[in-house]
Amino acid sequence: MIEEPFASGNSIIHGIDPRFRVAAATFYSFAVALCYQFQPLIAALAVALVSVLLSEVGLKTVFKRLVVVNGFILLFWIVLPLTYKGKIVYSLGPVNVYLAGIVFAAKITIKSNAILLVLISFIATMTFATLGHTLSRFKLPEKLVFLLMITYRYIFVIQQEYQKIIRSIKIRGFKPKTTLHTYKTFAYVIGMLLIRASERANRVYNAMRCRGFKGKYYSLTYFTADTKSWVFVTIVFGVTSGILLMEFLING
Amino acid sequence: MHLSEGILSGPVLFSGAALAVAGTAVGLKKLDYDRIAQTGILSAAFFVASLIHVPIGPTSVHLLLNGIVGLLLGWCAFPAILIALLLQALFFQFGGLTTLGVNTVVMALPAVICYYLFSPFINKNQVITIISAYACGFFCVFLSAVLVGAALMFTEKNFLEISMMVVAAHLPVMIIEGFITTFCIVFLKKVQPSMITH
Repeated sequence: MIEEPFASGNSIIHGIDPRFRVAAATFYSFAVALCYQFQPLIAALAVALVSVLLSEVGLKTVFKRLVVVNGFILLFWIVLPLTYKGKIVYSLGPVNVYLAGIVFAAKITIKSNAILLVLISFIATMTFATLGHTLSRFKLPEKLVFLLMITYRYIFVIQQEYQKIIRSIKIRGFKPKTTLHTYKTFAYVIGMLLIRASERANRVYNAMRCRGFKGKYYSLTYFTADTKSWVFVTIVFGVTSGILLMEFLING
Repeated sequence: MHLSEGILSGPVLFSGAALAVAGTAVGLKKLDYDRIAQTGILSAAFFVASLIHVPIGPTSVHLLLNGIVGLLLGWCAFPAILIALLLQALFFQFGGLTTLGVNTVVMALPAVICYYLFSPFINKNQVITIISAYACGFFCVFLSAVLVGAALMFTEKNFLEISMMVVAAHLPVMIIEGFITTFCIVFLKKVQPSMITH
């Protein structure tokens, strides 16, 4: 159910210092989110495709992820051409299809997919634990990083608890339907999950205190900024700045 | 409830991020070190529970549970939800870096509002508990849908129809979420009352 399919690998991208990848992905994502012209957006999509290829992630899994996200975008393709007032390209009785709506939906689609692909190739190629250590290097509040690590640590444990409860209700012949009984059962499953989580948390906290927990979470991971990381980050920042420049030049 | 990457405008993204930072800062300030394990493991439980698909007619919906998150965690809902969204971005690529702020506000702000509105009534007698828990679950999802709609509207005034559709489409989720919140709170009150008395 919960897994990190892109996190392990030996590609060029996997070998780059995670701090540089986080910085590059953040800069790229915000820059592309601010673009509204076709030329910079297509350039951005090209950059995203190249980076996915460089990260050597399973293209089948990438495709599955894209399908899910584009499901939401599909809503814009259905609604915007009918409601985004502007030049009419086609009319069928009282229904008008507007050009501006189609153009806008197309831009959203390119932008969304480009940002998503870079997220997959730069960030999803590290484990959440690595991301946590990276964020602590970016001087995020210690409490937040600690909370992040402990949540990640226990998701898999809680998931097993969840599967245990689901197994037991299945053995008792539970079949989900649209009935109040189903909602009651799921509510009790959630309630039980929360109680078990809370009791576990007390035990975990006591164990931490026994081991001398002083309210600080030590990160023992060391990152090394080697030449290829610097080259990588320079290229990404350079290309992204180029895309931004293109946007400003076309926009006037 | 997620807004995908690439839809919202710059000003909306940045104001969302600013609000999320402020909310998270308050949440972290209220979070003592001896509560971090509790909050972290509970938010892991919420993360897992939000993957449950509840049937409704021929399809199914997944739960938001931000009403219960609000009642149990109060202001700590902000950091807990921020982390859950970051995990979702990394595991499933739902949402992403630029929309992280907006999506956190969409989910966590209603949780905090509902915490203030409804938590005083949760420990009253059975009838008041049931009514306020249902209202909490329903209203929290409603507020989230309205915030999604508002984010779309501030991006582009032509998004009016889509915004209305988002709110309308979540009506069944609001009803179910109300039931789930009610049953869950009544259950917790019976089995582990210490979890909801602050």
